[in-house]
Amino acid sequence: MRNVRVLCVLALLLAIGTVSVLAAGQVLLNAAGATFPYPIYSKWFDQYHQTHGNVQINYQSIGSGGGIRQLLDKTVDFGASDGPMSDEQLKTASVPILHFPTVLGADIPSYNVPGVQTDLNFTPEALAGIFLGKITKWNDPAIASANPGVKLPGDDIVVVHRSDGSGTTYIWTDYLSKVSPEWQSKAGKGTSVNWPVGLGGKGNEGVSSLIQQTPGAIGYIELIFAIQNKLPYGKVKNAAGVFIKADLASVSAAAAATSKMMPEDFRVSITNPPAANAKAAYPIASFTWLLIPSKFTDATKRDVVKDFLKWMITDGQNSVEALSYAKLPKEVVAKEMKAIALVQ
Amino acid sequence: MSARMIWRKSLNLFMLSLTALCALLTVSALFFILGYLMYNGGKDLSWNFFTHLPAPVGEEGGGMANAIVGTLKLMLLAAVIGVPIGLLGGVYLAEFGGKTMPFLIRYTADLLNGVPSIVIGIFAYALVVMPMHHFSTLAGGFALGIMVIPTVLRNTESFLRDVPRALREGSFALGTNKWRMIATVVLPAASRGILTGVLLALARVAGETAPLIFTAFGNRYWSPGWMQPTSSLPVIIYTYATGPYEDWHRQAWAAGLVLLGLVLLTNILVRTFLGGGTSYERS
Amino acid sequence: MATTPNATTPADFAWSPRALLRRIQDADEIAHLVTLIAAATLLLITVLLVYQLWVLSAEARAKFGWSFFVTQTWDPVSGDFGALTFIYGTLVTSAVALFIAVPLGVGAAIFLAELAPPKLSSSLTFVSDLLAAVPSVIYGLLGVFLLVPIMRTSVQPFLKHTLGFLPLFRGPAYGIGFLTAGIVLAIMIVPFVLSVSREVLLAVPRDQREAALALGATKWESTAKVVVPAARIGIFGSVFLALARALGETMAVTMVIGNNPKIAASLFSPGYSIAAVLANEFSEATGNLYLSALIELGLVLFILTFILNGLARLLIVVTTSRGSGVLPT
Repeated sequence: MRNVRVLCVLALLLAIGTVSVLAAGQVLLNAAGATFPYPIYSKWFDQYHQTHGNVQINYQSIGSGGGIRQLLDKTVDFGASDGPMSDEQLKTASVPILHFPTVLGADIPSYNVPGVQTDLNFTPEALAGIFLGKITKWNDPAIASANPGVKLPGDDIVVVHRSDGSGTTYIWTDYLSKVSPEWQSKAGKGTSVNWPVGLGGKGNEGVSSLIQQTPGAIGYIELIFAIQNKLPYGKVKNAAGVFIKADLASVSAAAAATSKMMPEDFRVSITNPPAANAKAAYPIASFTWLLIPSKFTDATKRDVVKDFLKWMITDGQNSVEALSYAKLPKEVVAKEMKAIALVQ
Repeated sequence: MSARMIWRKSLNLFMLSLTALCALLTVSALFFILGYLMYNGGKDLSWNFFTHLPAPVGEEGGGMANAIVGTLKLMLLAAVIGVPIGLLGGVYLAEFGGKTMPFLIRYTADLLNGVPSIVIGIFAYALVVMPMHHFSTLAGGFALGIMVIPTVLRNTESFLRDVPRALREGSFALGTNKWRMIATVVLPAASRGILTGVLLALARVAGETAPLIFTAFGNRYWSPGWMQPTSSLPVIIYTYATGPYEDWHRQAWAAGLVLLGLVLLTNILVRTFLGGGTSYERS
Repeated sequence: MATTPNATTPADFAWSPRALLRRIQDADEIAHLVTLIAAATLLLITVLLVYQLWVLSAEARAKFGWSFFVTQTWDPVSGDFGALTFIYGTLVTSAVALFIAVPLGVGAAIFLAELAPPKLSSSLTFVSDLLAAVPSVIYGLLGVFLLVPIMRTSVQPFLKHTLGFLPLFRGPAYGIGFLTAGIVLAIMIVPFVLSVSREVLLAVPRDQREAALALGATKWESTAKVVVPAARIGIFGSVFLALARALGETMAVTMVIGNNPKIAASLFSPGYSIAAVLANEFSEATGNLYLSALIELGLVLFILTFILNGLARLLIVVTTSRGSGVLPT
């Protein structure tokens, strides 16, 4: 008799769990991908939920590589990546995937050097040398020559990179491949590369965490992660020879310098803009994209996605600067508004 | 006393003290872990923590309500999937069965028990998530359920075997069928031990992270029903601990305390009041 | 058309509704069948698991063959994958863990089995069992925030200073790396070494000890020269069991090992283990070859733990059955 009662209780619990399904009209979307824009995405999805109470967009920041893969496996409704999908990847998708730029951000070299509080200047050669493992100490001439007057210790450099498939890595290696032929041949560009040296952290979060905790560390993270966690970050010399620190102005300048190059499908690289029109441009900036399938089987989900995209390129843009991401240029917004119609 | 004797006696004392030290070190590890977690995690346990959903990244004030509920749901599902199979399989081994089949089953149970949980996670991904095209509580519960089966099965068999023959024969003498005898006489007699095994197995899977990373995935909101991804305590601890935000670190400690408390409390209560499990549960 | 339970003519086995109903009421066959199906489900799941691992890793196995096990590269960009760095990392961290955990665990087991009064022995074993129940992610949490800073600021510099002439202890002290992962693993597997060793020691018949003591041996001599040798096969079994656990540990290791697929002589260096790379890269491996290579790693891990667990159980069963005459479950 007691067993029967126990079984009844279990059955009741099971029923409760099952019945707590979505209330009528509730829409739950699952998305995954880049950690680079995670702070602004989590803010956006929260804001959108506040104003559209029946919509919940569950975004998991697992890295751009994860976003692409889960999108291709169709286990999420849409993905996000700061490295645009390659042609081979797009071929394997069952429906065409559309790229929608969301914000502009920057990969910055953040570091934890004992005794150094100021902003360090990095030349492209220095960055390539550090990440290739050829420059191993902080007081190496390649770094010291760009930072006269700064007392650099003789500590070892601890390189920190991503252990997961990452769009942030794509942006960084894209830049290094452009400025260093040696890097191009040794490692190349991609969301996951064969790193010559360094520790691996998971996500921008993991890399920031390692930099925080490891004296002598240097790693590449998105700007907001350095700001939110009060990590120092350096200036990078751009193609015009100016040492630029990443901020709203310099990132927007990078986008402006390359705006003529924006293709129809929005897949563009804006790292290392050429000197001619880029004196004030930060050389390691990038768009980041939402990867949206062009065909949805569920009409409700499709409508929510389209509405969110419209909101994102209009109202949503008002929250990005508070988190140190730059707004999308006006021409891009106009193009995107037209492209939203392609989602069916 | 000869010098040799003194040497032997001192060696004796020395080595035995050394082993006592080993035992002390091992045992004190648990108290240290518990104490440290209570100190670090206890500070941040608050009403907020238990009732709020996570806040946007970088903002304070979020909580873990959905992770706690998620873990409970996963455990329930693991029980529903794993316990019937384990229980009935254990009955088969103890009451029915000949030579080869039981040997094969026992061997397979040991095999499955030793499989690293990450491999089970991969299996559940391939079997449940990919065909369904969806991360879900179901997939997570399935992975955990698989881990529960071998423990429950061997444990049930062990306790059923311990039931004295006299009970069975008495039941037969009264004219019952075999299945009636099992259901109404033998199982109740072994129920304490079986329950021990079930609860210990569930406590073990409550803390598993690896199988959930690619099955239950994660969720910033409440997970309705069983078909949506869900947050869970172990996964959120992992996510927050490897992140840079101070707020996340504090929450990770608090969640760690809650998880550890859940697991240890179950173990202590079960082992004290229902009698210890067999050494099988330790593996 | 009714048949009686004791009928023996062919009509007995008529499948008429009445006959069927009567058989169901007897139901022993049903019970047999149902429980058999449950047990067989276990077999089915395991077979399916092995099958999935085998089939999904086919592409990588076909492309790399045996060279997969001796290739160091792990390059998703060019599609060149090799398991050597992960196997190395897994083995090194496990070796460090065993080096610490086995003396500690066996020593503690000797104390509990030979010296401690029974009440103390069982309550301390109880505590050790609780230690075994602590989830892996909690060890990871403590590892990242407590152990890693200590390693970086105190332990590793100390080792470098004193033992730095060995290639094992050279290089910068990051705090994370093989050594730290090995230490965390050691704490996790000590309870297994302890509980199994204790049981095999207890299973050695009393008369062995008493014979040694009667000959004038000290307690330690009786333990070291008589009891432990008699139980040593079982103790090896406990070591294999602990090793199998250590190989499969994922979360605690991935949080403190450094996630860098490199082979290095120094224990201070960051590395990678099979379980850790699976946790980090599985959900994002784009491309079938990449995924297939990861699953092949999973297959390797599965086979390793399978062999070790099998050996372990064999050794433990042999020792305890010989000792006490009763087979453990």
